[in-house]
Amino acid sequence: MTFLGMPTAPPGVGQLRQEVPFPVAAARALEDSQLRRNLGHATSTIRAKRAAAVAEVADWQELRAAGAAIKDDVLAHLDRYLLQLEEQVTARGGTVHWAGDANEANQIVAGLIRATGQRHVVKVKSMATQEIGLNEALAAAGIEATETDLAELIVQLGHDRPSHILVPAIHRNRNQIRDIFLREMPDAPADLSDEPVELAAAARAHLRRKFLAAQVAISGANFAIAETGTLAVVESEGNGRMCLTLPRTLITVMGIEKILPAWRDLEVFLQLLPRSSTAERMNPYTSMWAGAVEGQDFHLVLLDNGRTATLADPRGRAALRCIRCSACLNVCPVYERTGGHAYGSVYPGPIGAVLSPQLTGVADNPDLPFASSLCGACFEVCPVAIDIPAMLVHLRSRVVDDKREHHHGPTPEAAAMRGLAWAMSDARRWAWALRAGHAGRLLGRRYGRIRHLPGPLAAWTSSRDLPRPPRQTFRDWWRSERPGEDGA
Amino acid sequence: MWPAAPRQQYGAVRAALFVTCLVDGVVPQVAKATVRVLERVGVTVEMPWEQTCCGQMHVNTGYPREAIPLVRNHVAAFEGHDAIVVPSGSCTAAIRHQHADVARLAGDAALAGAAEAIAARTWELSEFLVDVLGVTDVGAYFPHRVTYHPTCHSLRLLRVGQRPLQLLRAVEGIDLVELPGAEQCCGFGGTFALKNPAVSSAMLADKIAAVRRTGAAYAAAGDASCLLHIGGGLSRLSTGIGTRHLAEILATTRRQR
Repeated sequence: MTFLGMPTAPPGVGQLRQEVPFPVAAARALEDSQLRRNLGHATSTIRAKRAAAVAEVADWQELRAAGAAIKDDVLAHLDRYLLQLEEQVTARGGTVHWAGDANEANQIVAGLIRATGQRHVVKVKSMATQEIGLNEALAAAGIEATETDLAELIVQLGHDRPSHILVPAIHRNRNQIRDIFLREMPDAPADLSDEPVELAAAARAHLRRKFLAAQVAISGANFAIAETGTLAVVESEGNGRMCLTLPRTLITVMGIEKILPAWRDLEVFLQLLPRSSTAERMNPYTSMWAGAVEGQDFHLVLLDNGRTATLADPRGRAALRCIRCSACLNVCPVYERTGGHAYGSVYPGPIGAVLSPQLTGVADNPDLPFASSLCGACFEVCPVAIDIPAMLVHLRSRVVDDKREHHHGPTPEAAAMRGLAWAMSDARRWAWALRAGHAGRLLGRRYGRIRHLPGPLAAWTSSRDLPRPPRQTFRDWWRSERPGEDGA
Repeated sequence: MWPAAPRQQYGAVRAALFVTCLVDGVVPQVAKATVRVLERVGVTVEMPWEQTCCGQMHVNTGYPREAIPLVRNHVAAFEGHDAIVVPSGSCTAAIRHQHADVARLAGDAALAGAAEAIAARTWELSEFLVDVLGVTDVGAYFPHRVTYHPTCHSLRLLRVGQRPLQLLRAVEGIDLVELPGAEQCCGFGGTFALKNPAVSSAMLADKIAAVRRTGAAYAAAGDASCLLHIGGGLSRLSTGIGTRHLAEILATTRRQR
């Protein structure tokens, strides 16, 4: 199956693509002992907290099912809900803009800021604007954007990239944060220690000046209610509340899948999201607004950037249910060890491995669907029940199909798979193939186990021995032990 | 110990063994052990000769089309059998969750129906013993310290839960110790182990560290594939810790080692 006709996220802008193949980037990240310690500590802590927060809710499985059903309804009728949202936002004094991709969205936002005459904006943490590379696009247009979420600020000041959906600076510890603040924050106290309280106070003083000076703010949205035109942002630090209320102009960039049909649907998601993401019963700040109040301007930029293309694949579209809680990252044994940067996209971990390749088209992220052992821990914790392992398997076949289409002749892997399938689709051929495998006994004759395998199988013996193949396969044993029972 | 004359109790039960390709070619002792356990509790074991492989590796590596003839072959091999037992959680999961899908990809509704019917009478070994036969004590004797890794597909796709542990706890002489972080993947993941060897090895390193903390002589599991990976690491590091498939432990008796 191909999905022609639906535009995917364009290259050269934003952060959705791997620059280095995942296996290589991951192998490099694994060598970073500081990263391994930071991540191991952070993910195991939040994993335990989430489990406790979820265990408090007796009807959690029913909530998950409701969350999945509401999102599936949104995806099935997205055309209708989007128009309803536009109508409601417009009726309440807001302006809605439609952006087909990252470039269009960046142009719209830069144009809106330019029209205000401002050259400085404050930002609420937003995955959508990271996805489209808004900060870089604004910088190119001469506009300076300041991230006001503490972790995003750390990432921005460190000239770094986010490595986690919820905790973008999860790869940094407090020593490293202190160094970044002293180096990059001119108003940081010279005797700043690495105590979290001191670090937060320094950031608060730094940001307070930015909030009070800003005339324009940019946010994302966790939810948009089609029925009422209400936008919702949930956060923990209060920086969002500052950005959403203080400046004269608010610009919200939102993926088109963030819609909920009705106000009452928030009941489900305001239970699912905080417990899954921060392991809180309720997040400290929930800001909601509809349209613009007098004296302020509100612009809503609706972003596609590959989402319609994702919607076109019946076996992949459930990835658009995602509410960016990051529970799947925290339980993923791969993410826990490699961190987010290895994935190349702002969406790392299991959800990133199914979302990024769909937004860009699988040809641009061919390794990501394979960046999983298919252990299934992600599916278990997903608050909207996205069957990530099954989707990974499906996307692997799309990657293989894409290579089949665009390569001359089969890849060595495809040839091997086909050969193996030929041998395995007939018991006689398979019995012969197994006997041929006995040649492998030679490899193990010295140590009684195989320590070096040739070719692509060398990856196995890079860290693992293989037992010496047995003298007799099971079926040969059965034949010799139980003559007459072999059906031959 | 197993009560006398189990055959009278279960003599009527016949089961077909799905050996699985890996066990057939690399670790046949697991299938031999499975036969021994099943026969000891009175099951008549049949070996459908046309069987080969469940095709999971093809499906999970992105080659579901190549798996079509394998599913066809599997269905043909097991069509006439009332109960099918598999010494692998992962292969059982492939039969239950992938075969009908692969058949539908081939546009073959009849094959999909047949695959679903076969899936409904296919059991992973611990499921078959505990759920179908209602047995937890199979009369085994294994006087060693053992730690059990639950394997992801048994745990999360089949939800075998406590069944393997119920069986192990009933083994005479066993010193069963809990594996720290048991539910963490060992890092095998089929072709993941070859495509992402560094990550796979990092996961393996942590699993091995957990196994070593238990002081166990053997790491056990219900999947020969995961054990090949864990055992491969234990062997490479010359830890002196062995691996045993659940069936191998259950097959060992005072008389028969």
